[in-house]
Amino acid sequence: MRDIVEGSRAVAEAVKLCRAKVISAYPITPQTHIVEYLAEFVANGELDAEFVRVESEHSALSVCVGASATGVRTFTATSSQGLALMFEVLFIASGLRLPIVMVNANRALSAPISIWNDQSDSTAVRDCGWIQVYVETNQEALDSVIQAYKVAEKVLLPFMVCMDGFVLTHTYEPVDIPDQRLVDDYLPEYDPPIKLDPENPVTIGPIADPNYYMEFKLVQDEAMNEAKRVLKDEDEKFGEIFGRRYGLIEEYRTDDADVVLVTMGSLAGTIKDVVDRMREKGKNVGLVRVRLYRPFPKDEIVRALKDFEVIGVIEKDNCFGFGGGALFHDVRSALYGKSNAKVIGFVAGLGGRDIPYWDIEKAYEMCYEARVKEVPDVVWIGVRDWFRR
Amino acid sequence: MKEIRIHGRGGQGSVTAAEILAIAAFYEGKYSQAFPSFGVERRGAPVTAFARIGNSFIRTRCQIYEPDYVIVQDSTLIGVVDVTRGLKDDGAIIVNTEKDPEELNLNTKARVYTVDATKIALEILKRPIVNTVMLGAFAGITKEFSLESLVKAVRKRLPPKIAEVNVKAVETAYEISKEVI
Repeated sequence: MRDIVEGSRAVAEAVKLCRAKVISAYPITPQTHIVEYLAEFVANGELDAEFVRVESEHSALSVCVGASATGVRTFTATSSQGLALMFEVLFIASGLRLPIVMVNANRALSAPISIWNDQSDSTAVRDCGWIQVYVETNQEALDSVIQAYKVAEKVLLPFMVCMDGFVLTHTYEPVDIPDQRLVDDYLPEYDPPIKLDPENPVTIGPIADPNYYMEFKLVQDEAMNEAKRVLKDEDEKFGEIFGRRYGLIEEYRTDDADVVLVTMGSLAGTIKDVVDRMREKGKNVGLVRVRLYRPFPKDEIVRALKDFEVIGVIEKDNCFGFGGGALFHDVRSALYGKSNAKVIGFVAGLGGRDIPYWDIEKAYEMCYEARVKEVPDVVWIGVRDWFRR
Repeated sequence: MKEIRIHGRGGQGSVTAAEILAIAAFYEGKYSQAFPSFGVERRGAPVTAFARIGNSFIRTRCQIYEPDYVIVQDSTLIGVVDVTRGLKDDGAIIVNTEKDPEELNLNTKARVYTVDATKIALEILKRPIVNTVMLGAFAGITKEFSLESLVKAVRKRLPPKIAEVNVKAVETAYEISKEVI
């Protein structure tokens, strides 16, 4: 059914369609309306689930860990400081191979205090063993939650759907809410290979001494690599049923492009409009949007980018002490030995700073400049003293 | 694509107004988008909300710098906030005030309309909440969507117990706005 709803509502609808059985959340800042809608669905009987309200995000994810270990579908949502507080449990969830699905509404980390959007929170936990997808629209957020359960339960890894806080979560836009019957066809009931069951007792999460720990980690890493192929397949199957496919990366007008920007999340939408506009003025620019960030789609990135002379990576996070964001480092690393491209890291939109058209145009212009002269590796755009850097 | 900026103060329903506006455009068969300026919500503080209406899916997500329309819910904001900033010359601004447009001395080449929305709100809603009144006037003046779509949007977005009285506010403002064009 086509409707116009807030992004948070679109996510809640997806969780309902997936028939999550245990939802746990800490309902105070930094939280979004996602769990408010879910609490409502549970309270009015629209969703047959247990909603466990807890005293912190650490507990919220811990509840999901325990519930997931009993073999039920679980969900939680958080943001920024909340995700930071979950840090310890993130690794437990992935190490225990529990297919928990979480939506992280991307928001800046304090200090200074900020409630606004950027992606520093989830990029900071890129190595915690969760699958991470960054979405461009609220439709993609909804669809990605459905895909997330399917993929997570196949590879037995937790899945984080990252959507820009406020920019998506608080935005009303048209969304197609799929039919329950179709979602049931796509996503069968979760049937774990092993679960906590009093009738058939097992131990989940025992100590692994130095004789065993590394093997656990090796199979976990292999599962992560497998997740890439599974998401690709499941995205394809999703497309056959629902008519929407997203891929692991998205290439927008890159075929004949002179220079290209790379980004993640909702910024891609604004950039696409800038691409169209610049092309009308004779500047052949293009965009690559990274949807799947962990596991990192290295082959796809290399194929899409290796022939460019200059690549700009524009993102809403920064790696302190190295400079440039996490995606910038990953793209450059993936291209190592495969391309001699100049890669520029653009840091933008931290703490909710708006990224208007002209800042994106400046980034493209700088990519053109880099074809003929030296430009810095890392450039902060949209800061007051733009020329200082 | 048409871009709309709404200025108000915290508690005046500016964000809800942007949402109802986007929903009304959606019912009109168009694509639309609404979002707040993401401030820290405080009663009385200046608030900005945005909406876009288009014929295809709206991809752009930055704030609105060159609006086609501006709605000012509270005329005491004039001078405090640059309400006409970036407003297109062929656009329009609708201000809630009992004054005439020329008395406002707004720095714009766009059309200026005034509606005494507070008076209408006090009569119908018995409270000085003007967001739906301003939307009725917006629909009447700009014709971006029909009264029917707007009424449907009000019923979708507002809780049932206040929806009907707001529908009346919308209808009244829509009729009155015909006089100001």
